[in-house]
Formats: sequence, structure tokens, C-alpha cells
Amino acid sequence: MIEQIFAEGYWLPYTFAFLMGLSMLIYSILDGYDLGVGILIIDAEDEEKDRMIASIGPFWDANETWLILGVGLLLVAFPMAHGVILTHLYLPVAVMLFGLIFRGVAFDFRAKVPKEKKSRWNHKFFLGSLLTALAQGYMLGAYILGFQDGWSAFFFSCLIAVCVAAAYCLIGACWLIMKCETDLQKKAVKWAKFFLLFSILGLAAVSITTPLMSERIFEKWFSFPAILALLPIPLTTGILIIALYVLLRHMPFPKDQYCWLPLVMTVLVYILSFVGLAYSFFPYIVPDQMTIIEAAAADDSLLIMLFGALIVLPILLGYTALSYYIFHGKATELSYD
Amino acid sequence: MDLDPFVLSRIQFAANITFHIMFPSITIALGWILLFFKICHNMTKDEAWMQAYFFFTKVFALSFAIGVVSGVTMSFQFGTNWPGFMEAVGNIAGPLLAYEVLTAFFLEATFLGIMLFGYRRVPSWLHTLATVLVAVGTTLSAFWILVLNSWMHTPDGFEMIANENGLLQAHVTSWWEVVFNPSMPYRLVHMLLASGLTASFLIAGLSAFRYLRGDQSFAVRKALCTAIMIAAFLIPLQILAGHEHGINTKHHQPAKIAAMEAAWETTKGAPLVLFGLPNKETRSNDYAIEIPYLASLIVTHKVDGEIKGLNEFEHIPPVTPIFFSFRIMVGIGMLMLAVSWLGSYFILRKKEFPKLYLYALIAMTFSGCFATIAGWYVTEIGRQPWLVQDVLLTKDALGPVTGGMVFSTLMMYLSVYAFLTISYVTTLFYLAKKAGDGSGRDPEKQVIEGAERHANMIKAD
Ligand code: HDD
Ligand code: HEM
Ligand code: HEM
Repeated sequence: MIEQIFAEGYWLPYTFAFLMGLSMLIYSILDGYDLGVGILIIDAEDEEKDRMIASIGPFWDANETWLILGVGLLLVAFPMAHGVILTHLYLPVAVMLFGLIFRGVAFDFRAKVPKEKKSRWNHKFFLGSLLTALAQGYMLGAYILGFQDGWSAFFFSCLIAVCVAAAYCLIGACWLIMKCETDLQKKAVKWAKFFLLFSILGLAAVSITTPLMSERIFEKWFSFPAILALLPIPLTTGILIIALYVLLRHMPFPKDQYCWLPLVMTVLVYILSFVGLAYSFFPYIVPDQMTIIEAAAADDSLLIMLFGALIVLPILLGYTALSYYIFHGKATELSYD
Repeated sequence: MDLDPFVLSRIQFAANITFHIMFPSITIALGWILLFFKICHNMTKDEAWMQAYFFFTKVFALSFAIGVVSGVTMSFQFGTNWPGFMEAVGNIAGPLLAYEVLTAFFLEATFLGIMLFGYRRVPSWLHTLATVLVAVGTTLSAFWILVLNSWMHTPDGFEMIANENGLLQAHVTSWWEVVFNPSMPYRLVHMLLASGLTASFLIAGLSAFRYLRGDQSFAVRKALCTAIMIAAFLIPLQILAGHEHGINTKHHQPAKIAAMEAAWETTKGAPLVLFGLPNKETRSNDYAIEIPYLASLIVTHKVDGEIKGLNEFEHIPPVTPIFFSFRIMVGIGMLMLAVSWLGSYFILRKKEFPKLYLYALIAMTFSGCFATIAGWYVTEIGRQPWLVQDVLLTKDALGPVTGGMVFSTLMMYLSVYAFLTISYVTTLFYLAKKAGDGSGRDPEKQVIEGAERHANMIKAD
């Protein structure tokens, strides 16, 4: 794989594939937790809802920007694949956008409309978050299957939809464990335990189905000696999940120690799962149809973007860190003044 | 019924961008005006400026949120409906969009959090800086997207090379010429001024509403007067910029100018058609009211200057919508001139605003949005049937979607946009009413104690 990347001067498209994958991963972690919080508010009291939403208020917009970057990179670095993927996903994309629209505006409307209308906007916030998560999961499912048609593909995508929503709830709950105190924190621990079980189901479904769906992917994972090198991925994931479950059963600890640990562990699980998926699909950008090289834009256009990205990304990470620093600590209600 | 995916996709794109542009046209300039309020407060320590700041921050936050979500929708449209666009000109559009995301979107999104919720958590200078960066971010984002849009009107600095499959793709020869293409400076100036006017009239309208309801506090007066003065200053510049923009367009897209003027025959000393109904069949205008020679005088600065008629072009854009959109834009521009100058007369002469005048301001709250949309219709419909002038036809960019699918999403978007527009307008006036009902209670205030507690906690450790 490494030789392939450096052969024939093709490093640019692979760099962009890496950057695109990275922004999708960052997106799924960052917007994952705020979508998860959005779904979880359905199970919270009114006063708790305010605090939960306050915990994501300063971040959601920047989190969502990673989606624009990911899709943007697909659009700009792989123009040929972009059309194929998005026209196949036309309807789920529309559903996701519908969800994102309602979620994004509900944030603001709920704080500004007359009191009696607030709970309606809270509800829209929940529905928007749920729809977004489900649509994204559905798209992941359809993508894994290489956009096959038919009922079994449809049901598989629906299953992945539910599991992705559950995985978002898990990371959302872990975020709340870190950002909240007292009863709400206890509630978050309960949610995390519940959705962890769900997420295990999803991971298992993807891990079993993906190799079965494609001979090529089966070969990649189960041929010798590749399997030895790859074994650490599922192994570590398994250990992390068990450790997380054990940890959650004992939370919260006195003096709120380790309140950040579940979040870190969940992020690690996300990263490992993502690496597994990426390994399965490489070097294809549309599974089994179009490779990264075939889809790439002209080299000079990629170069000028890389140039910009290398300058901007460190600055971007810098001010993102600043914003997390400013709003660190337990969430309190937000106010403009 | 036969559902044509081409027509429906166009309607969908037009609906999306029409909805989207209302909010950028407010936020781009409102960011700078908020900064102005903040700086006035920093310098005079007058609380009234800060009250004006907080009230319009709410308006800003709401507009910004809708701008963001409708913008995300836009960026998916390219792939779902118009994949041919990126396939043909992706090498140019791609980097421009990437720079927009990297330099502008992240900046505004991150510092918006600090600007909105950080007032009690960060030092004052950092809060001011965050406000500056948000304003810079929105303006930068306008810059990049307008570069791309201008390039689509006056493409430059590229060559078309066929790929292995014979598809013609644009390759850049000079980035400088791509970015500073011939219509870019005009469009950027015209759009930024448009945003300034849109935000000013929004502020003026909402403040006049509060003023009429009896809240004649300093905060309201200051916002009202600032907005009127800004508008009075910007509108002559805008008329001048629009005029120069039109002259530039005459060189590059003469068919568009002919459509704006509804000039069918090439004439020397062409009249200005004040009103008429362009008729495609007879290729003339019905019921035309004309002012002789004026069109030639405006566009060429000569009484007998020549204006090329529509009959000379192989491809012509739809005339009627351009003709009327142009008149709506210019008409609103003239109205803005009258209203803002009248207002500055009252202010400079220290006269009380007459009631009728305040009602006029309320009626014009969203006039800037209407003019902006009308202006974009002129520009964009005037480019048809081209998507990229003389390079790519709109119909060649369409993807393999079916009419039924586009129809269903179009209906979805239309109902969402209608709902959100109504919610937005009613919420703005609700906020104005609430802030002005004299009780001093504001919907946001109820949660302030929490933030104070937190600020104290931070100080404590
Ligand atoms: C002249 C200005 C202008 C124009 C013509 C457009 N936009 Fe826009 N856009 C902005 C000015 C803007 C802005 C001022 O930067 C926004 C509006 C409100 C906001 O929050 O940022 C924004 C937001 C915004 C966002 C969300 C950014 C975020 O998360 O912060 C996206 C993805 C787009 N836009 C995409 C588009 C696309 C694909 C367009 C055209 C086809 C488009 N915009 C036209
Ligand atoms: C923000 C203000 C804008 C408005 C109000 C606007 C409006 C419109 C309208 C009304 C059309 C339809 C014309 C027709 O089909 O007869 C159109 C077409 C189009 N515009 Fe814009 N536009 C704007 C900005 C942009 C920008 C910034 C871009 C690209 C970067 C763009 C790209 C396109 C494309 C791809 C089409 C073709 C699809 C279609 O015909 O509907 N537009 N636009
Ligand atoms: C009153 C005098 C005005 C004149 C002579 C004028 C002229 C023009 C012209 C000729 C165009 C078409 C540009 C093209 O060829 O593509 C245009 C577009 C536009 N106008 Fe105006 N305009 C005026 C007032 C206004 C006002 C008051 C606003 C908004 C507040 C406005 C907003 C726009 C916008 C947003 C566009 C599309 C973007 C662009 O191409 O710059 N205009 N204007």
C-alpha cells in the first residue's frame, strides 16, 4: 500500500484522500457528540435540556463546518466521484439537510421565541438531530454496499442508520458526563451504558457484513500474514469497549475524577473503527467502482489547495483549541450579555 | 404530468440561493455594525451602545444560524443536482470553495461562539477581537464566493483541455486572472454595499418599530440614527457602483444589458424604457413608456451611443424576468435614497421623526433583501442559457436525477423555507416588542444568573 502511494508521483491524490478521511472522522466525532446530545434531550427534564444544549452551544457551528470541509474536499479534490456519490445518495442527503436545517435554527429560535413556543422548538431540535444522525448512518450503509439496490441493501442501511445514531448518543452521553454535574451526570452515565450496547451491535454488523459483501475486502482482511498485522485493530477495540463498560458501571467517581475518560475512550473507538473502514476501501473512493486516482482533480489545483491547507490548518487548530479552553469546565446556562 | 428534472433543478437551485442570500446580505454588514457599536461603547463607556449591541446580536445570531444551515444546503446542491459543473470546471471552482471553507467558514463559526457567549468569560479586548474576526470571516466568505460567481460570468485565466474520455475540463493558466477576473471588483463592491444597505434598513426598521411602541431609550435612538446615517452615506455609492457595474457588463455580457433595457433592435440613441411588457413573439415591447436617448446616455455617456439589441445574439436570456427584476432593484435603490436622506435631514436638523416616516421605515425593514434578490436575478438569469459564460451550458451540468425525486425535495425545501421565513420575521418583531415593552425583561435575561455564577467560579480559581 505504501509503495503504491509513492509510485508514479501519485502522492497528491492520496494526501487529499487522507485529508478528506480525516475531516470526515473529525466531523463524526465532533458533530457526533452534539447530535447525540440533541437526541438525548428527549429523555431529559426541561431544565436539564437547557443545560445540555448550553454545553454544545458555542461549538456546534464549528463542528458542522467539518462536514462542509469533508464534502468540500470530496467536491474539490475528487470531482468525478463527488457527482457519483451524491447523486446516488440524493434522497438521504435531502433528509439529512432537512434535519440539519431544523436543528441549526432550533438552537436559536428556542432561546428567542415566546415561552410557550419553546418546547415546540426543543422538539424540533430533537427531531432534527435524530433525522440527521439516521440519514448519515443510512448513507454510510449504502456506501459500504457500493450503492447496491434491493431490499436487503435497504434493510442493511437502515440497521446501520440506527447504529450510527446510537453511536452518536454514546459519544454525546460521554460528553455530558464530562460537562455536567449531579443528577444530570448520573443520567448521562445511564445513557452511555445503554447506547454502548447498541453501538457494539453496529460495530459487529459492519465488521461481519463488509467482508462478506465483497471478496476483495475479505481477501484484504483474512489473507496471511495481513491478518496478523491487522489483528490489533479489532482486539484493541474490543478491550476498549469492555473497559469502558466496566468504567461506566462505577461512575461517577468522588471529586469527579476521570469524568473525561469515557469521552477519550469513545473517541479512540471511533478512530479505530474508522481506520478499519478506511483500510477496507482503499484504494477505492467509490467502493469497487472508482479509485482515488481515477477520481482526482488536476495536480496543480490540488497543489494550490494543499498549500493553503498547510498554512491554515495549524491556525485553525489553534483557535479551535482556544474556544474549547474558553468554554472548558462544567456547562452553565448561556447568555449573550 | 411530465416532471422535467432540468427545470425543477433550476427552480430548486434558485429557491435555495434566494433563501440563502437573504441572510448573508444581513450578516455580512451587521457584523461590522455590531463592531461599531462595541467600539463606541469601549470609547464612550455609554451603556446605551452596549444595549444596542446586545439587541442586534440576537438578530445577528438568528440570521447567522439560518445563513449557515441554508449555506450547507447550497454546498450539497452542486453534487446532487449539478455534478457536471464540478466535472467541467472543478479545477477552478474547487480551490476557490476550499479557500472559502478554510479561511472564512471556520473562522466565523469558531469566533461566533466566543462573540455570542463569551462576553463574561473573556477579557473585553478578546471579545472585541472575536467580533472583528466574525465580521472579517463573513466578508472573506463573500469575497471567495463572489470570485467564483464572477468567474462564471467573465471567465478568465484558464484553458479547456479534453481528458481521456473526451470531456473538456478547465485548467488554470493564471490564478491571478482567475481571482481578479474582469467583473470581480464590481460585483464585490456592489454586493458589499448591498449588504450595508440591507443591514441598515433592517436596523432602522426594527428600531423604528420599538420607537413607535414607546421605547425611546438612548439605545434605540442611537441604533436608529446610526442606521439612517449609514444608509444615507452608502446609497449614492451604491448607485454609482451599480452604474459602473452595468458599463462593465456591457463589454462582457452585452446580451444581459440588452435584456435589462429590453432593447430588441440595435439602436443609436436608444431610449430608456421606464415601463413596458417585453413580448417575445413580436420581439418588441408592448405599452412601452420611454424616455428618448436616456439609455444610450447612461450606458455609453453619449446621446447617440449604440446599444446592441437582442436580435443580434444567438443565445438570449429570458427577457421579462430580467427587465422587471432590474426595475425592482433600481426602484428600491431610489426609494432608499429618498428615505435615508429625508431621515438624515431630520437628524441633522435635530427634528423629531414624524410618525409617518417611522411607518415608512418599518415598511422598508426588508427592502434591502428584496433589492438584493432582484439584483441577483438580473445577474444570474442574464447569464442563461450559460452556466459558465461561453464555456458550459446549464443543461450540460445536470446530473442523472429523476424529475420525481427533484420534485419531492423541491416541495420539501419550499415548505421549509416558507415556514422559516415566517418564523424569522415574527421572531424578530417579537424580540423588538419584548425589548421595548418597558418591563426591561428580556427573554435571554432569565438565564443570566448561570453565566454569572460561572464567571465568579473562574475568578475564584
Ligand atoms: C455574498 C455573499 C454570499 C453568497 C453569494 C453565498 N454565500 Fe454562503 N454564506 C455567506 C455569504 C454568501 C456568509 C456571509 O459567509 C454566510 C451567511 C451567513 C453566515 O453565517 O455565513 C454563508 C454561509 C454559508 C455556508 C455555511 C458556513 C458556515 O458553516 O459558517 C455554506 C456552506 C455556504 N454559505 C455555501 C454557499 C454556496 C455554495 C453559495 C453559492 C452557490 C453561497 N454560499 C452563496
Ligand atoms: C447569492 C445570490 C445568488 C442568487 C440570488 C442566485 C440566483 C440564481 C437564479 C435565480 C438562478 C436561476 C436562473 C435560471 O435558471 O434562469 C441561478 C442559477 C445558477 N446559479 Fe446563482 N445565484 C446566486 C449566487 C450564485 C453563486 C455564488 C453561484 C456559484 C458559486 C451560483 C451558481 C449558480 C448555478 C450553478 C446556477 C445554475 C442552476 C440554475 O440554472 O438554476 N449562483 N442562480
Ligand atoms: C439604484 C441603482 C442601481 C444600479 C444602477 C444597479 C445596477 C446593477 C447592475 C447593472 C447589475 C447587474 C450586474 C451584472 O451585469 O451581472 C446589478 C446587480 C446587483 N445589484 Fe444592483 N444596482 C442598483 C441598486 C442596487 C441596490 C439598492 C441593491 C441592494 C441593496 C443592489 C443589489 C444588487 C445585487 C446583489 C446584484 C447582483 C450581484 C452583482 O452582480 O453585483 N443594487 N446591479
